[in-house]
Amino acid sequence: MSGKVAISLAVNGETIEALVAPRTTLADFLRQDIQLTGTHTGCEMGVCGACLVLLDDRPVHACLMFAVQADGCAVETVEGLTHRRAIDDLQKAFHERNALQCGFCTPGMLVSAYGILASGDEPDRDGIRDALSGNYCRCTGYESIVDAIETTARQRRQQMAEDKA
Amino acid sequence: MKARAFDYMRPKCVQEALEAFVSADGDASYIAGGQSLVPALALRLQAPGLLIDIARLDELRGLSIADGHLRIGATTRHCEILGSDLVREHAPLLAKAAPFVAHPAIRNKGTFGGSLALADPASEFPAMTLALDAIIEIASVEGSRRVGAGDFFIDLYETALQPGELITAVYVSLATAKTRTAFDELARRRGDYAIVGAGIDAEMQGDFVERMRIAFLSVGSTPVRVGAVEAALTGRQLTPQAIRQAQDVLGTELDPVGDEHTPPEMRRHLARVLLGRLLGRLEANV
Ligand SMILES: Cc1cc2nc3c(=O)[nH]c(=O)nc-3n(C[C@H](O)[C@H](O)[C@H](O)COP(=O)(O)OP(=O)(O)OC[C@H]3O[C@@H](n4cnc5c(N)ncnc54)[C@H](O)[C@@H]3O)c2cc1C
Ligand code: FES
Ligand code: FES
Repeated sequence: MSGKVAISLAVNGETIEALVAPRTTLADFLRQDIQLTGTHTGCEMGVCGACLVLLDDRPVHACLMFAVQADGCAVETVEGLTHRRAIDDLQKAFHERNALQCGFCTPGMLVSAYGILASGDEPDRDGIRDALSGNYCRCTGYESIVDAIETTARQRRQQMAEDKA
Repeated sequence: MKARAFDYMRPKCVQEALEAFVSADGDASYIAGGQSLVPALALRLQAPGLLIDIARLDELRGLSIADGHLRIGATTRHCEILGSDLVREHAPLLAKAAPFVAHPAIRNKGTFGGSLALADPASEFPAMTLALDAIIEIASVEGSRRVGAGDFFIDLYETALQPGELITAVYVSLATAKTRTAFDELARRRGDYAIVGAGIDAEMQGDFVERMRIAFLSVGSTPVRVGAVEAALTGRQLTPQAIRQAQDVLGTELDPVGDEHTPPEMRRHLARVLLGRLLGRLEANV
């Protein structure tokens, strides 16, 4: 029992073929097998949100799935988002607003924020807080994180209006 | 903690999934969204030898109208329920409950069937299938059967499912012009499991209650319907007096569990408060 399984998945746009033990979580696969340590692991039971990644463009917990379940899927981590400059503005707003201190929660916060902004809705502060309800931060008190996301949403909206004009 | 080693398979059809379970002599578990099973494996509360991944089976997917019912495929994810126009139109109670289920990322993977199979008494969808008197379609190697929600939830995490049986779909009667619904819950933080929650599915003839079903979550070992409250309101107008009486009936009928944060009296009180709010909304038709 429990032999390794061959999987093929896209990680940050690159196709990866690998042999994994079924019990390896996607989080451990990313961090240990392919050294993408931007995805953090805290609670490893779906509570803290440090491990969020995009699976087929939707935020999911990398600790709540096994790598074998991602076979054939597209995974994007905070490294991928950074590399393709999808969150430059968010990262800048986090920096300017001091929305991180130790930084442990930040990758998960950015992935959640990406999901909020990608939905195209215009989130108010309550909506942002709601959407971050599964992301723990033990340092900032959240206020600055909500500020940073709100600011980015506003900037993107203005940018879009200007592009149209 | 990490899960114990197991084998993994992704069957091509429901029949193959059912047979795989039988071949494993019961030392297997289906995995759908994994949002409850994976933590249970990590904590080694469960350690099956085989995981049978049903998340991608086409037969179990999707929302559609079939035989005058809304059919919810077992692997329909919470986020799909939340975003669906079909659900908003035909099963408004589910649409109202969906934002309260967990957090966005969990809703992106967790499934309707998984939530029912787990039967957590604090979960929104099991209680709402009870309020909707929905029908649960179950498959096994012997064939298919249907169980009403009222007979499905038996005890804490215990349902009418026999080992190896699979929920394939859930059928909900379509809302009519007379339907009014309300859902709310009280939780310490949005996204957390509720201290108490409730949903109502009613048919109103003008201002009069023709039929009403009320189901509570987080008050016992299963989702709970309180027939005496439903009976007390049927045929009546939702006047402040009728609502107060219904709250009193609930207070005597409900026998909620306590936990370290919430004694039973507090839960009973909060359930009454919640019932009053929901009936008020029903009356105002908002
Ligand atoms: C941090 C956190 C917060 C949460 N908060 C909430 C909340 O507020 N409200 C809420 O309702 N839920 C909540 N959940 C649970 C979540 O909704 C789960 O997704 C859901 O309960 C189970 O669905 P799943 O598809 O993930 O099931 P899985 O985890 O895949 O499976 C759960 C169980 O059901 C069985 N199963 C799955 N599908 C079927 C099927 N079709 N037929 C037969 N058996 C099946 C599995 O074998 C397993 O035993 C939370 C989870 C986490 C981690
Ligand atoms: S590590 Fe995944 S939620 Fe905490
Ligand atoms: S910055 Fe330290 S946990 Fe959020």
